[in-house]
Amino acid sequence: MRKIIEASTAAAIGVKLSRPQVIPMYPITPQTHIVERLAEFINDGELDADMIHVESEHSAISAAIGSQATGVRTFTATASQGLALMHEILHIVSGMRLPVVMEVANRALSAPISIWNDHQDSISARDTGWIQLYVESAQEALDTVIQAFKIAEDKNVLLPAMVCLDGFTLTHVFEPVDVPSQVNVDKFLPKYKPAFCLDTKKPITMGPIAYPNSFMEFKGAEHLAMKNALKVIKETNTQFKNQFGRGYGDGLIETYRLKDAKYAVVCMGTIVGTSRVVVDKLRKQGKKVGLIKLKSFRPFPIEEILKVTKGLKAIAVADRNISLGQEGALFSEIRSALYGKSKTIVSGFIAGLGGRDVKEETIEKMFDKINNGGTIWLK
Amino acid sequence: MILGLSEEELLEFGHNACAGCGEALAARYVMKAAGKNTIVVNATGCLEVFSTPYPQTAWKVPWIHGAFENASAIASGVDIALEKLGKRKNVNVLAFGGDGSTFDIGFQALSGMAERGHNVCYVCYDNEAYMNTGIQRSGATPKYAATTTSPAGKKVPGKTEYAKPMPFIMASHGIYVATASIAYPQDLTRKVKKALSIDGPSYIQIFNSCPLGWKHKFNLGIKIAELAYKTNIFPLYEIEKGIVTISKKPVQKTPILEYLKLQGRFKHLGEKEIKEVQESVDAKWEKLLKLEETKMGF
Ligand SMILES: Cc1ncc(C[n+]2csc(CCOP(=O)(O)OP(=O)(O)O)c2C)c(N)n1
Ligand SMILES: [Mg+2]
Repeated sequence: MRKIIEASTAAAIGVKLSRPQVIPMYPITPQTHIVERLAEFINDGELDADMIHVESEHSAISAAIGSQATGVRTFTATASQGLALMHEILHIVSGMRLPVVMEVANRALSAPISIWNDHQDSISARDTGWIQLYVESAQEALDTVIQAFKIAEDKNVLLPAMVCLDGFTLTHVFEPVDVPSQVNVDKFLPKYKPAFCLDTKKPITMGPIAYPNSFMEFKGAEHLAMKNALKVIKETNTQFKNQFGRGYGDGLIETYRLKDAKYAVVCMGTIVGTSRVVVDKLRKQGKKVGLIKLKSFRPFPIEEILKVTKGLKAIAVADRNISLGQEGALFSEIRSALYGKSKTIVSGFIAGLGGRDVKEETIEKMFDKINNGGTIWLK
Repeated sequence: MILGLSEEELLEFGHNACAGCGEALAARYVMKAAGKNTIVVNATGCLEVFSTPYPQTAWKVPWIHGAFENASAIASGVDIALEKLGKRKNVNVLAFGGDGSTFDIGFQALSGMAERGHNVCYVCYDNEAYMNTGIQRSGATPKYAATTTSPAGKKVPGKTEYAKPMPFIMASHGIYVATASIAYPQDLTRKVKKALSIDGPSYIQIFNSCPLGWKHKFNLGIKIAELAYKTNIFPLYEIEKGIVTISKKPVQKTPILEYLKLQGRFKHLGEKEIKEVQESVDAKWEKLLKLEETKMGF
C-alpha cells in the first residue's frame, strides 16, 4: 500500500511489522516521532509489545539487554546525547552478542547544544560492535529496519544493529512510501528464536569476567561475526529485493551513474539524495561524474569500495562528522581502504555539521575541489 | 533443611571470594530462599567478579551481568520480557548490587525500576565501601571509617559524612523494604521469601562484613554483624506499606565501642568521635522506634 507519510512514521511502521515485543524507550529530539508512533501502535492494539518508560537512555539500552537476553525481540531508538549516554552499554550489548535493533535519528552532539542533524553521534559509536546502516529515504528507513532484525539475528552474526536516519532532514520529512503487508514481512522475518537465553530450565551465565587468556578470543569472535555480516547484509538485501521488489544497491553500497564516471562523490544519509540531483545536473553539462552511497558503515565494505572506485580519477568524500584535529571518519576509512591498491585521489569535505544545510552548491563545490587530496571545510 | 535453611546451594562452592567474605555468605542465603526458579541480574562488584571467572561459574541459576550501574534496568527488561513470554508467574527476578552500585552509581536506575513497579526484588549487599576496586569510600561508608579514598589522616580522620539512609529512601517509593544481616540467616531468608511473594518491587539491604576492607580477623565476620545489630548500628526492620516494623530489638544495648574495636578501619577514632557516633546511632534508633510506634507511614 502506497501512502504519503513522515519518515519517522515509516521507520515506526517498519518496527511494527518486525514485531518486537519489548521497546524500552527514552525520548529525545529528533527521535520522538518514531517512539510516539510506536506508543500509538501499542495503545491501539496494532503492535503486541510493551514499552518500558525508562528514566534514561542508559537504562533504555540496559533494559534492552535484559529483555533480549530473556529471549524476546527488542527494539529501541535514540539520538545524539541519548546515544552518547548509552555508549558504555553499547559495547556490552554487542559483547554479549544480543541482536538488539535501534533506530538512531542522527543529531549533533553538544556543546554547543544543537538539535539538528549531523552524524557525530553514531560515528562516535563506530567501535562499539554495532552494525551501522545509513538510510536515505523514508522507504529505505522502513525497509532497512526489517532487514536489520534479520541481519542482527542471523546465527553467523548475532550482533546488534543501528539504523541511522538523519534527524529532521529525514525523520520529519513526508515522502511516498510503499508499506509491505504483515503477511509478507512475517515470511521474510519469522518469529524470533533466540540462540541462547536466560531460562530457569537451562541455566547459563551471561557476562562473566574474562581474564587475559580469553578476552581476545571473545573480541576475535565478534570481529569475525562483523565480517560475516558483510555477506549476510548482501544476502538479506537480495532476499528482500526478490520478495518486495526493492533493493538498495548490493545492501552495503549503492552506485549512481558511476559506470563511465571519472569522478564521484561518496556520502551517507540524506545528502545522497541531493548528490543524485547534482550528478544529474553535471551529467547534463557533459561531466563524467557519479555517486557512491555508503549504506553500511559497519561492517565497512572495503572490497566493494575498491571495486567501484576502480579507474576513477578522484573521489570526494562528504563527512557530516569531524574527528577534531584530524579529519572526517568516512574520509579516513575510504583512504585506508584504497591505500596501496589504488591511484584514485581521495579528498575529504566536512559539511553539514549541526544541521547546516548541504545544498546542491555544496556538493558542486566538492566536485570542483575533488583533486585537492586533503580535507576542506565547506561552511 | 538445616535450621530452616534449604540445603541446596545455588551459589556453588569453589568460587574466588576471600576467606571470610560476608557477601558470599549473604548471597548464598539469598539464593537458598529464592530457589532455582530464579533469574539473577548482578551489578559489577565483588560478587560478580568472584563468582564468574570465565569459563567457570558458581551460579546454578540463569545469571546475567551487564555493568556497574544498570542491574535494575536490566532486571526491568527481564521482568517485562518474562511477562511477554507468559512465564512471569513462575520465575523470580533478583537484582544484586553492592552498596556502591546501589547507593551511588546505580541509584537512578534503581529508583526508576521501583517507580515503574517492576516485579523485581533488589538486594543490596552492603559492605560499606567499594571493595572490588580496593576499599574506596561509598555513600554507604559510615562516618569516620578509613577507606583508601577517605584515609585516616593527620588532619581528616576518615570519612566526613554519615551514610545515606537508603532503606528510608527506598521506602519512600512505596515498596516493601527490609534490612537483614548475615548474623541472622532465618530472618534474612524469611524477608527474601516475603519480598519475592510480593507482585512488585522490593528492596532488601543486607549487612555483610568484609575482612579485607574493614580490617578485621577472618573469623569475626558473623560476630561483627551480630554486634552491628546489638549496638543498633544496623537495626533489623521491615517497612511495609510505609509502616516500620522492627524485626527484633536487642534486649540490652551494647556500646558501639564493642563493635568498633574489632575493626582496623575505626582504630584511629578518639573519644570525641566515638561519642559523636554513639549519639548519632542512639538518635537514629530513637527515630526508628518512633516510626514504629506512631505507624507514621513513608
Ligand atoms: C561505570 C563504572 N565506574 C566504575 C567502575 C569500577 N568499579 C567496579 S566495581 C566497583 C566497586 C563496587 O562496589 P560495591 O558496589 O560496593 O560492591 P562490592 O565490590 O563492594 O561488593 C567500582 C568502583 C565500573 N566498573 N564501572
Ligand atoms: Mg561494597
